Amino acid sequence: MKQRIHPLLIAFAVLVFFFLLGPLVIILGSAVSDTNYLTFPPQGLTLRWFTNIFEISAFVRTMKTSFLLAVGGTALSMAIGIPAAYALARFRFQLPAFLGNIYVLPILIPEIVLGFSLMKTVAIGADVPIMLALLLGHALIVLPYCVRVVGASLNSFDFSIEEAAVSLGCPRWKAFFTVVLPNVRAGIIAGFILAFITSLNDVSVSIFLTGPGVSTLPIQLLAHMEQFFDPTIASVSVLLMGVTVAVMAIVERTLGLTFLTK
Amino acid sequence: MTVSLSLDNVTAHYGSTKVLEDLSLHVGEGELVSLLGSSGCGKTTTLRLVAGFLEPTSGSIKLGERDLTRLPAHARNIGLVFQTYALFPHLTVRDNVAFGLKQRNVGAADRRKRADDMIERVGLGHLADRHPANLSGGQRQRVALARALVIEPPLLMFDEPLSNLDAKLRVDMRVEIRRLQQANGTTALYVTHDQEEAFSISDRVAIMNAGKIMQLDTPEVLYSRPANAFVADFVGFENMIPMRAISEAGDAVRAEMAGGATIDLPKDKFTVPAQDFILATRPEGLLVAAEGQGVPTKLGLRTYLGRAYQYQCDTPAGEIKANGPLSQPFESGSAAVLVPQPEQCCLLPTEAA
Repeated sequence: MKQRIHPLLIAFAVLVFFFLLGPLVIILGSAVSDTNYLTFPPQGLTLRWFTNIFEISAFVRTMKTSFLLAVGGTALSMAIGIPAAYALARFRFQLPAFLGNIYVLPILIPEIVLGFSLMKTVAIGADVPIMLALLLGHALIVLPYCVRVVGASLNSFDFSIEEAAVSLGCPRWKAFFTVVLPNVRAGIIAGFILAFITSLNDVSVSIFLTGPGVSTLPIQLLAHMEQFFDPTIASVSVLLMGVTVAVMAIVERTLGLTFLTK
Repeated sequence: MTVSLSLDNVTAHYGSTKVLEDLSLHVGEGELVSLLGSSGCGKTTTLRLVAGFLEPTSGSIKLGERDLTRLPAHARNIGLVFQTYALFPHLTVRDNVAFGLKQRNVGAADRRKRADDMIERVGLGHLADRHPANLSGGQRQRVALARALVIEPPLLMFDEPLSNLDAKLRVDMRVEIRRLQQANGTTALYVTHDQEEAFSISDRVAIMNAGKIMQLDTPEVLYSRPANAFVADFVGFENMIPMRAISEAGDAVRAEMAGGATIDLPKDKFTVPAQDFILATRPEGLLVAAEGQGVPTKLGLRTYLGRAYQYQCDTPAGEIKANGPLSQPFESGSAAVLVPQPEQCCLLPTEAA
C-alpha cells in the first residue's frame, strides 16, 4: 500500500528547503563571480576571490585567531562543563533544579547585553588582555552547549556502572576516566562540535571584546564589507561553510549524525 | 577465605530523615542472608552502607577482623551484583570480567586466563568477545556474576539481581547464584523484595520494615512461626483475629473472640504471656466444616484455588478468609463453622505490647 502525501505538504517541504538552501546557493554563486562587486547570478567564473582571502593579511590573521578561540574556548568550556554536567546528572535528585538552568543563561541573555557587560567587567574593569578576554567570552557563550549536550549523555548513563567499577577496586577519580568518559564520548564530541561552530561564528560578543590589533574572522568580515563590497566576503563565507560541512561529514562518517539530535 | 560480616548498631540518615535505626546484623562465614522488605524499608541502604557508597551516621561495619566503616568503597574488596547488571558497555564480556583483576594489577596473561575460566563457569564461554549490548538479560546477569566472583571477594552482595528478568529465568538464575555461592563458600548478603526468592536460596532471612529488622531467622521459622504481626502479615497470615484467654482446662486454654465464639488452643502455644493476643492464620489454618468447635459464620463468596476452595467469611471479628475441602463444597450463604488447625496457627502479641 502506498501512503498518500498531501500536495500541500510537499509544497511546504520544498519551500523550507528553498529558504534553507537558497541563500547558500546565492553566496556560492557570488563567490565565483568574475566581477569587483557582489552579484548573482555570477558573471564569469573565477577562483581569484578565494586566493584573495589569503592575500589580505587581516583575513589570515583573524582566521588564525578565530580558530584558536574556537578550539581554546571550547576546550576551556569543556573543562568546566564536563565536571558540571557530571555533578548535575550524578546528584540530580539532591541538587536543586535551578542549578542546571544557570548554565543555560548565556543563551538566554541577549548576546549584545552579554558582550557589553563582559566588555565593562572583564576587558575594561579587570583590564584583562584582549586575547584572554575573548577566550573567556567565547568559553562563556559555548558553555550551555557543553553542559547541555554532555549532560544529555550523562542523564542516560547508569551510574551503577561507575559504582560497579568502584566495587571492583577502581578509585572514584579513575572510574570517571575509565568508565564514565568512554561511555559519554558521543555527547562530548557532539558538544564540542556545536560549541566550536558557535564560537567560530560569533559576532555579538566578539565585537565588544576585540580591540586594537586583535580581531576575529566574522568581525573582520564586517569591517571588510564596510569598505569593499567585493566577492571576497562571499568566498570567506563559503570557506566557513566548507569547514562546517567538513566537520559534519567527519562526524557522519565516524559516529552518524543522528547522535547530534539525541 | 571465608569471613563473617557484622553490622553493629548502624544508624543512617538521608539529610534529616532516618533510614536505618540502630541496625545490628551478623552474617556467618559462608552464609547467605537475605534482606527482605518492600521499597523504602532500608534494605538497599544497608547494602550500600556495606559497599561503602553511603556512610553510617553511627555504628560500625566489620568484615572478619577488618573494620570497613571508614574504608573507601574501592578498598573494600566486595563483589557486587546490581539490578541493572551495570556492565561496562564499552568493554567486551572478557574485559568486563577482567576489569577487577586489572585493578589488582594481575598480569595480562593471567588476567585473561582467569577471566576466561570464570566466563566458562557461568556458561558463556562462546560469548567472551561480545559486547554487553549483544547479550540477553540472563546472559548479562551471568557476566555480572562472573565479574563479581572473579576477584574472589570474601563477601558477595546482590542488589535485587533478578528483578529485571522474566519469571522462568529468575528461578534458574537464583539456583545458579546459590550454586556458585555455595561452591565458593562465599559469605553473601542478598537484597530482594521477592519473598519466594529470598526464602528459596537463603540460609537466613531478615524481614525489614521502616529501617529496622523485624525478624531474622531461617525461612522455615519465618514461614511457620512469625514473631510479630508485621512478619506474619508479610509471610501470608491473612487472618489476624484479636482474642482474649478466659480459662484453662488441662492442656488447653479457652479463648474468646469478639462476638463470643470460643476456641480451645493447646497450652504450649502460649509463649505470649498476655491475656490479650492475636490469633494469626493463613486461610488454610481455618478449616470450613459443617460443625465442630470454632467460629460459627455465614459463608460468603467462594473461589476455587485448585487445591481447595476459599471462602470470604463475615464474622463478628471481621472479614476472615478460610479454606474448605474440595470434596465438600459449601454454597455461599450457608452456615458453617471455621475450625482452627492449631499446628497452623500462630499466637502473636497485640500491637500495643
